Parts: sequence; C-alpha cells; structure tokens
Amino acid sequence: MVEARYRPGDRVRVRKAAPLGHVRTPFYIRGYAGVVERVCGAFANPEELAQQRDGLPAQPLYRVRFRQQDVWPGYRGNPADVLELEVFQHWLEGS
Amino acid sequence: MIERGHHDMGGLPAGKVRRTEHAYDDWELRVDAMMMLLIGVVGGSKRMTVDELRKNVEALPPADYDKMGYYDRWVISLTQTMIQRGVITTDELARKLAEVEERGRG
Amino acid sequence: MKDLGAYRPLDYFQLMEVSLRELLVEKGVVSEDAIAGAMAAMRERGPERGAAMAARAWLDPAYKARMLADGSQAAEELGFEVPGLRLIVVENTPRTHNVIVCTLCSCYPRMLLGLPPEWYKSKPYRSRVVREPRKVLAEFGLKVSPKVAIRVHDSNADMRYMVLPMRPAGTDGWAEERLAALVTRDSLIGVAIPVLPKKPKTRKS
Repeated sequence: MVEARYRPGDRVRVRKAAPLGHVRTPFYIRGYAGVVERVCGAFANPEELAQQRDGLPAQPLYRVRFRQQDVWPGYRGNPADVLELEVFQHWLEGS
Repeated sequence: MIERGHHDMGGLPAGKVRRTEHAYDDWELRVDAMMMLLIGVVGGSKRMTVDELRKNVEALPPADYDKMGYYDRWVISLTQTMIQRGVITTDELARKLAEVEERGRG
Repeated sequence: MKDLGAYRPLDYFQLMEVSLRELLVEKGVVSEDAIAGAMAAMRERGPERGAAMAARAWLDPAYKARMLADGSQAAEELGFEVPGLRLIVVENTPRTHNVIVCTLCSCYPRMLLGLPPEWYKSKPYRSRVVREPRKVLAEFGLKVSPKVAIRVHDSNADMRYMVLPMRPAGTDGWAEERLAALVTRDSLIGVAIPVLPKKPKTRKS
C-alpha cells in the first residue's frame, strides 16, 4: 500500500480536476481546503476498480473536515457548521 | 456539462425533499439480491465490483437517470456490467428478452 | 384480437430483471435459492440493529466509547453480521448535530438500518443537505438551534455512517429494549431526534 502522507490535524486541499471515468471525489469539494479529521485506512482505488482493474496498491483514504462557510458562498448558519467527507490521498495536496 | 457527472449533484439547487416511503416490490428486492450476490457481499457469486455498478449507473443519460426509479437504474447497470464482464452476451440478452416477453403474452 | 385477460406487459426494467436473472441462473452464476435468501434478509431488515446499538451506548459508557472508536466492531459485539461494513458512528451532543447523506449515489449502512428510504436517494436530499442542512432538516420538522453546530457527513467512499442520537430526557431507569424502541431510522440518519411517545389521552367516563 501507498504510505499515508498526512495525519489528523494536517491542513489539506482537494485538487481541482475534472477527469473522466468513475470518481468518488464530489465535484463540489474540489479546490477547497480542510483539515484531516482521521485516516480511515487504505483502500483499493475505486477509479480503477470501476474499470475492472484491481485498484492496487491501496491508497490512503482520509476524512477531511471543511467549514461550510468556506465551501458555499453566502452560507448562512453557525460558523462552526462543517462538512466531512472522504478523500483519497491522490486527490489531496498539502495546504 | 460533461465535466460534472449528472449523478454528482451535491450542492446543486433542487426542490423540497418529498418524504416518500416505498414498500419494495419483489422485483426490486430481486434486483437488490442479485446485486449483493454479484458483488460478493454474500454467497459465492462474485463477478463484479460495486464500483462497476456505480460507474454504469453514472453512465446513464441524464434524462433517463432522472426519470428512472432507483432499481430501474440498478437493473440496467447490473446487466451492462454482466455484458462488460462477458458473463452474458448482448445476443443472449436479446433472445432472452424476446423469450420472456413472448411468454408473458402466452 | 386475442383477449389478453390478466396479461400486464412487464415494463422494460422488469423485463430486464427477469431476463438477467434467468440467464444468470441458467449459467449457474447465481441460484434462485440464493436470490430468495438475500431477498428475505433485506425484506425483514429494519433499523432494529442500529437502534439496539444506540440503546446499548446510552446505558454503557464503555460500549459507547468502543462504538465511537470502531463502529463495525461494536456492531459485531452485539452479534450483528456486517460483512465488509466500515462503520463510523457520530455522536449528537448538546452542541453538535450530525446528519448523513451520500451525494453521489445512496450509500447507507443497510446491514444495520435496512434499505434506505426513497427520499434519502432523491435528488433534493442529495443535492441540498450538504449545502443548506438547516433548511432541509426544518423540512423534516427538525429545528436545529443556530447555537448548535451541524456536521454533515457525505459517505462518498468506503466508510458508512450512523448517528448516535442523544438520549431523551425523562428516560431514567428505562430498560434497554424500551430505549431502543425510541430510536427511529430517521434519528439514526440525523433528520430526526428520538421523542418520547405521547401519553395516551384518558377516556372520559
């Protein structure tokens, strides 16, 4: 498996890209920065599994926490409101 | 726009949530069961991954995606995947569809 | 013209289901028994397992800690078979409310909650709850105070999520089963909170 590059508390940014094929990084979060909430483990890459390939080596998967007010223009709610989702390491860069 | 999958809808504007509940028909439960078996969650019939199921659902034309029910999408995706995997052929499917439809008229 | 009587043509998708199933059975890929077995299992599954986990967590702080650390193991501890499930349980507190969605499709902890409701899989829910959770929750009849932080969890990859609701007030001394009966599917998704059943009105004599 690929070694985990990030740890809980690290600030990371989701890469902005619009590739083809099967992608599990939602469009709405690409380009935004958040904080690693936990390392979920390493999993076979779904982008490759979708194409009948084995998706190995397993990629580290992180839960990343984003502030809602950072992601949505004009977000109205508690500034502490957050959005948490899973991002594979190859979609992240240090921030 | 092609760069954003039609299924990738988080954050897009939409109407009110209609709190519909749905008692599943047998045919839908059969689709669900076939999915569980074919992706290998249960039983020894693994022939595909859930990722292929998702990919083929995502490949549905947007207007169909919107109009189709949940298990409509799944049954099409499962069948496409079985063709892609070589478990069944298009010709086998064509003949079987015709046979089943004919049987229904009998 | 032949009188078709009770013939109702299958729609295309039902036709496809029959055809796919027959081909797979003919080829020995799946058996009718296996299909029937999987159907029966999902047909009878409701949120009881998730509710049982919540009730146990309310009564047993050590179990709760284990559940928050590893949800799948906590499910197995109660005897629930959850093959392949990687569960994260997120806890509601007086300061934080959690809600779950899968924006990309409809990922859901089926082994613990049963099949997801139609609305969970719908465009309005999947599109809007990540962006305006308070408004969507209000549409479910749940008003979340502006002082409470909302955490929205999009189960977009390999993990699955369940909310541990707060134990309602007025339940001191309740047995585990009685507590579990308060925990609804919607409270485990995060669009509702457990409420005490209304006291039945006394009949006027």
